[in-house]
Amino acid sequence: MIARRPLPAWAEIAVLPLVNIALAFITVGIIVRIIGVDPFHALSLLVVGAVGSSESIGYTLYYTTNFIFTGLAVAVAFHAGLFNIGGEGQAYIGGLGCGLAILALDRYLPAPLMIPLAILAAALFGAAWAAVPAWLQAWRGSHIVITTIMFNFIAAALMVYLMVNVLIAPGSMTPQSRNFAGSGKLMSMHDALAAIGITVAPSAANVSILLAVLCCIGVWVFLWHTPWGYALRTMGHNPEAAVYGGTNLRHMTMLAMCISGGLAGFVGVNELMGVHHRIVLDFPAGYGFAGIAVALMGRSHPVGIVLAALLFGALQQGGTELAFEIPTITREMVVVIQGLIILFSGALVNMPRPWLQWLLSLLSSPRLRGEVPAKRAEGS
Amino acid sequence: MASPAIELSGIQKSFGSVHAVRGVSLAIAKGAITGIVGENGAGKSTLMSILYGLYRADAGEIRIDGQPMRMDNPHDAIAHGIGMVHQHFMLVDTFTVLENLVLGAEGGPLLAGGLAAARAELERLAREYGLSVNPDAKIADLSVGEQQRVEILKVLFRGANILILDEPSAVLTPQETDQLFRILATLKERGVTIVLITHKLREIMAATDHVCVMRQGQIVADRRTAETSPEELAELMVGRKVRLQLDKAAPKVGEVLLAAEKLSLVDHRGVRLLDNVDLELRAGEIVGIAGVSGNGQTELLQILSGIRRPTSGKLTVCGRVIDAHHPADPAEMRVLGLAHVPEDRLRQGMVAAFQASETAILGYQGEPPFCRNYLLDQPAVGRHCATLMDRFDVRPRAPALRSSNFSGGNQQKLVLAREMDRTPRVLLVGQPTRGVDIGAIEFIHRELVKSRDQGCAVLVVSVELDEILSLADRIVVMFAGRITGEVPAGRADERTLGLMMAGAHA
Repeated sequence: MIARRPLPAWAEIAVLPLVNIALAFITVGIIVRIIGVDPFHALSLLVVGAVGSSESIGYTLYYTTNFIFTGLAVAVAFHAGLFNIGGEGQAYIGGLGCGLAILALDRYLPAPLMIPLAILAAALFGAAWAAVPAWLQAWRGSHIVITTIMFNFIAAALMVYLMVNVLIAPGSMTPQSRNFAGSGKLMSMHDALAAIGITVAPSAANVSILLAVLCCIGVWVFLWHTPWGYALRTMGHNPEAAVYGGTNLRHMTMLAMCISGGLAGFVGVNELMGVHHRIVLDFPAGYGFAGIAVALMGRSHPVGIVLAALLFGALQQGGTELAFEIPTITREMVVVIQGLIILFSGALVNMPRPWLQWLLSLLSSPRLRGEVPAKRAEGS
Repeated sequence: MASPAIELSGIQKSFGSVHAVRGVSLAIAKGAITGIVGENGAGKSTLMSILYGLYRADAGEIRIDGQPMRMDNPHDAIAHGIGMVHQHFMLVDTFTVLENLVLGAEGGPLLAGGLAAARAELERLAREYGLSVNPDAKIADLSVGEQQRVEILKVLFRGANILILDEPSAVLTPQETDQLFRILATLKERGVTIVLITHKLREIMAATDHVCVMRQGQIVADRRTAETSPEELAELMVGRKVRLQLDKAAPKVGEVLLAAEKLSLVDHRGVRLLDNVDLELRAGEIVGIAGVSGNGQTELLQILSGIRRPTSGKLTVCGRVIDAHHPADPAEMRVLGLAHVPEDRLRQGMVAAFQASETAILGYQGEPPFCRNYLLDQPAVGRHCATLMDRFDVRPRAPALRSSNFSGGNQQKLVLAREMDRTPRVLLVGQPTRGVDIGAIEFIHRELVKSRDQGCAVLVVSVELDEILSLADRIVVMFAGRITGEVPAGRADERTLGLMMAGAHA
């Protein structure tokens, strides 16, 4: 194997993802062209749909919030060397947790008590749902990828059962709970901004985006500025060194997965407390899986995850508008576009790396080639 | 020199910005044993990999028997009669010798014909070169020395008349090494050209006819072995005068700090890895554990450092009694005052992807001054690393550099610095100088002796007998999970230790 010169940090962090996205858009452009739509027109619709008005920006941010939560969830597990594919199920059960807390207490508690309690319940339920696969991995050696995937299905089946048979509002024809009382609702962004005198169009964006920002800071502090985060990253890079350093791998696996599951559970806060104001079915809608791509693209770093989540949020919102405006680009086509971007920024993330390395070596080589190694007499 | 078997001229090889081989020209004499010595990273392995077709040279020419050749992959090299015996054997444990021999040269779709032909060829090779191995024995049942013989046979079987051996003695007892050198001498008599890569000067002096010294990607000397000395070679390798002898005063031995009584370890398959090991370690002495690698030293270190718990037996560390039911983890061992420099620093002692400063707190991350109010104090961590680097002369002095970007010797110095910084009462050191160059070995040995003189109980596990002999005050020999003998350093010699390392009780 021949060692290549690694990319400098700036190229690794900024250029490589941009090249990936550019490749994805070129591919998408070709496909859009084939189905008979002008790619530049489609692109402009996509961009306008995502950030063209305060309403569309609001929706983009609302989607972004979900992607930040699941992206962080995948990233924390990833730093511990664990691949958490179960964000979907953890988000679902996290939503169940905050929903149950609110349904039980929203008539007795005021919002300042109810909302923190419900957020805590979302984290606890999400963490508990991740704790079972974590336990199976740590003590029984069952592979966490397999078990977390299976727990997605279990979560989905459990939620259908609960919604249809237990939590359904009396007299309702659709499987959803009763509406939360006022103390269980999060303030929407347009109301929050109106309170400080800024008027924006109503959208689904709500104050849980502040929770997402807090989570980003929290994850950053935890991973890079606490001894536990240090031990967690040590385990991810080199489990043997972690054992040598005195870390109990079983406990650390549990800790990492519980934090991961708790973060994924916050999707329930954004969706149920922020938008639906009741428990509904299918609200995780793929955010858990997309979190994998967000974390990959964001290099498992909170800053990168925010940027990737913004891109994914914009694609989600812009894609919806696109499907609405151009009938030939169906909802499925939008999913294909998102899938291609995930493909290029996830699975094929390293494909352009050799090209970039080559390009950079071309740029820097004239200087290097100038120094001819000094001749020295050999032997004696 | 008669017509050379191999001529390299102007070989250049760079990896990115690292210029690993800088214009090497070298002639290897036919039917002779040529040694290539050099420190780690001097370029010997890269040069041999180019010759064996694993890497392509950026520039330069290879001539075999006067003919210019292209070596694009090992197949080309084998076709030109070049064979390589790697440091780590490439054998299938569950196959017989014969089956391993034909691997990759099966000779047709049905095995039977190929095996019969191979058996005949094996007998011829055994007769001709005196390399006797039972063709039907399973590799797993052979001793390490015999396995190496199979590796050599494999190469000869493919028609090689130029043999490259990469650190062949790393896994052998002194007796097995002597045997290997006798085999090499026979091969030489039969006209085989041999290239021996090693860092052990004693072996160069004992086995080779010519020796080339490499430093920083260049050949700095090419001598007839008879006309040089270990001191000269060491100086050429490092580029300055090196003291090969360690000066140390007599030990002032104090109380027992670590005592193992009948420690045994049985793994999940029921294999006895450690068998009733008794060991005492006193303040102010260095105890050396000698033995061929894989005879329980690794497991003993794991138990003594708290990484594994013993199956039975008792361990007392600074007053704390540890057994199968009362285990202590590495974190507790550190609190007791035990520090551990692991055998394999890359796999255990550090995190390659971490900054040096992060590696420098591994195991101590939860303690002040690194951790205050549940948060890591990054500036303190960086300052600490800079201090360690100054004290142990770690180069480059860059706490923010990735740990994997340091050379082996500097990584080892960093790990040693971390473990010795808290003046431990017991210091366990596995392979203190594995992959470390001579200049750094000198320094590491002096630091270990200094620590001993300050009253630390030091346990050194090493497969390098020379190192044990020069460092230890007392030598314990391990074989097959048992302690087969103990000798005070003053009365130890290589022959008796070698016998114990092969399982004979003293």
